[in-house]
Amino acid sequence: MSARAILGRLLGVIPTLLITWTFVFGAMRLVPGDPVLLMLQGTPISDSAMEAARAKLGVDRPLVVQYASFLANAAVGDFGDSFRSRQPVTKLIAAEFPKTLELALGGFLVGVVLGTTLGVMAGVRPNGWVDTLCMTTALVGLSLPSFWIGMILIQVFATQLGWVPVLGSGWDALILPSITVGLFLAGGLARLTRNSIIEVMGQDYIRTARAKGLTTVRVVAKHAMRNAMIPPLTLLGIQFALLIGGAVVTETVFARPGIGKLLVQAVLEKDFPVVQGIVVLTTGVYVLINVLIDIAYGIIDPRVQE
Amino acid sequence: MSDAPLLDVRGLGISFLIGGGSVHATQDVSFSVQPGERVGIVGESGCGKTITGLSLLGLLPRATTHVAGQAMFEGENLVGLPLSRMRHVRGRKISMIFQEPMSALDPVFTIGQQIGETILTHFKVDKKQARERAIEALASVGIPSPARVHDSYPHQLSGGMRQRAMIAIALVCEPKLLIADEPTTALDVTIQAQIIDLLMELSAKQGTALLFITHDLGVIAETCTRMITMYAGQVVEDAPVDSALVRPRHPYTSGLLRSLPRLSARGAVLPSIAGRVPTLRDMPTGCRFAERCAHRQEACAAPQVIEPAGGHLVRCWRHGELVLPGALTDREAAA
Repeated sequence: MSARAILGRLLGVIPTLLITWTFVFGAMRLVPGDPVLLMLQGTPISDSAMEAARAKLGVDRPLVVQYASFLANAAVGDFGDSFRSRQPVTKLIAAEFPKTLELALGGFLVGVVLGTTLGVMAGVRPNGWVDTLCMTTALVGLSLPSFWIGMILIQVFATQLGWVPVLGSGWDALILPSITVGLFLAGGLARLTRNSIIEVMGQDYIRTARAKGLTTVRVVAKHAMRNAMIPPLTLLGIQFALLIGGAVVTETVFARPGIGKLLVQAVLEKDFPVVQGIVVLTTGVYVLINVLIDIAYGIIDPRVQE
Repeated sequence: MSDAPLLDVRGLGISFLIGGGSVHATQDVSFSVQPGERVGIVGESGCGKTITGLSLLGLLPRATTHVAGQAMFEGENLVGLPLSRMRHVRGRKISMIFQEPMSALDPVFTIGQQIGETILTHFKVDKKQARERAIEALASVGIPSPARVHDSYPHQLSGGMRQRAMIAIALVCEPKLLIADEPTTALDVTIQAQIIDLLMELSAKQGTALLFITHDLGVIAETCTRMITMYAGQVVEDAPVDSALVRPRHPYTSGLLRSLPRLSARGAVLPSIAGRVPTLRDMPTGCRFAERCAHRQEACAAPQVIEPAGGHLVRCWRHGELVLPGALTDREAAA
């Protein structure tokens, strides 16, 4: 992909972003509930004080004006202050983002290694016992709820065996949450990888590779995997972007701070600026990852470039 | 040809395991190839010629096929040869090229990478030497700018160039035997001739024996010294090409030869063989061609053995009495 094509791709997503942001902006305000009343939690207040509070938050302005100012400020990276904590939204997000990113990367790593291994092993010899074993494992990972896996992992590896801490900020506290997230990712990835590998293994060029005298490992690791990579890569991109939006359940089970928890709380409190800020962040990451995947397609399969 | 054959196939029987049972795709296939000899296997689609070629390199799916008989090559039986040994035969001693050069080349690696890995698999050379050797190989198959093609991907080349590249991959390790499975079928007519000339030239230069698998009798007539006719999974005739063209001994070979379009026969009705090949599931116990044969008699219902007849091997009990037309008359052959 040329730089020009990449730029075109980035510009092309602006309408998508605008539609998403508009939708989220509208949805937040359509849902019943007033941010000031929610903050008061039943404390009586005079009408004039109420008006003053609404004016201070800027929610007394017409929706169109609020929307325009959201877009104008967002364009220069200003998402306003949180209604609740009065802190700049960018600062709140910046505080939570590293935690989310490390969980996303950890879970992603577990998911990719496990999912690819299971999928390739299953796909190379379909319908054998290895296939059955791998696909059962994948199905278990996909079906079991994250909160349950998380709690079982804590119970076994942290409480009973004491191998890793339940809480903490060290790298070892990241292991169990990463496995929890990774198992789910691995499930879907393994199934997709298996199908892709089965299809590729039936291709003529695999027969050619074998006819040249290459080892089975080389035929699979080099020729089959590279050709089978594109569908799983697409899935991985989407999943990584979702993880950046926060893995709320996992964050909650492991009592980790993160974007997911911040978002849920902000939605419940109708903390518009925080919700908007997070949506802009996650949609931005989503778009960026999609462009990166497009570039990766071109590197993996030269036919995509032309 | 008194030397020991390079490849000696005896009683090769391939069966596919399907739904608990098995069907015989080929039965009692025997033939041999001398060093440097060019042999054609001819027959209709589904007669078992392609799987015979694939079975020699162990390329049929192991889980669903069973191969009986033996195929001796340089003192080793290729049938049932463990993968660890077979790897050193594939691409080094026996190479194979396939019908469709687009799908037979891996689309995501350059031509050079695909030649290079064959070299690196079989020889102890470094990457730089492999590159030089790959470019040499591309030049030897008549590719005009070998260094550029070396770094090109398959989709950037024309069909003819791809097949040349495929041949370069197959011959880069100077194998003793090249199995060419319909190498020209997917190509334009003008390119076909070039590829055939190239195969002839290179096999002669390297002393590589050729096993040409095709349904195109014209190709066999042009390239091979001996032709093996297969029908419904059996060898029905094995004969020197020159002799078979003029006087085939098996009615099926004769039918094939007579259905060749010829320029001299303009306006005449092209003879064809009526009927269809029997399916694998209900293969007759007697002569497999009998149902379509104009010379059928009652005794054809008995199993047929392949036996020598005038320098041919023929699987037809009437070979002695039948005088069958070939593609050429005696006078044409003499001319």
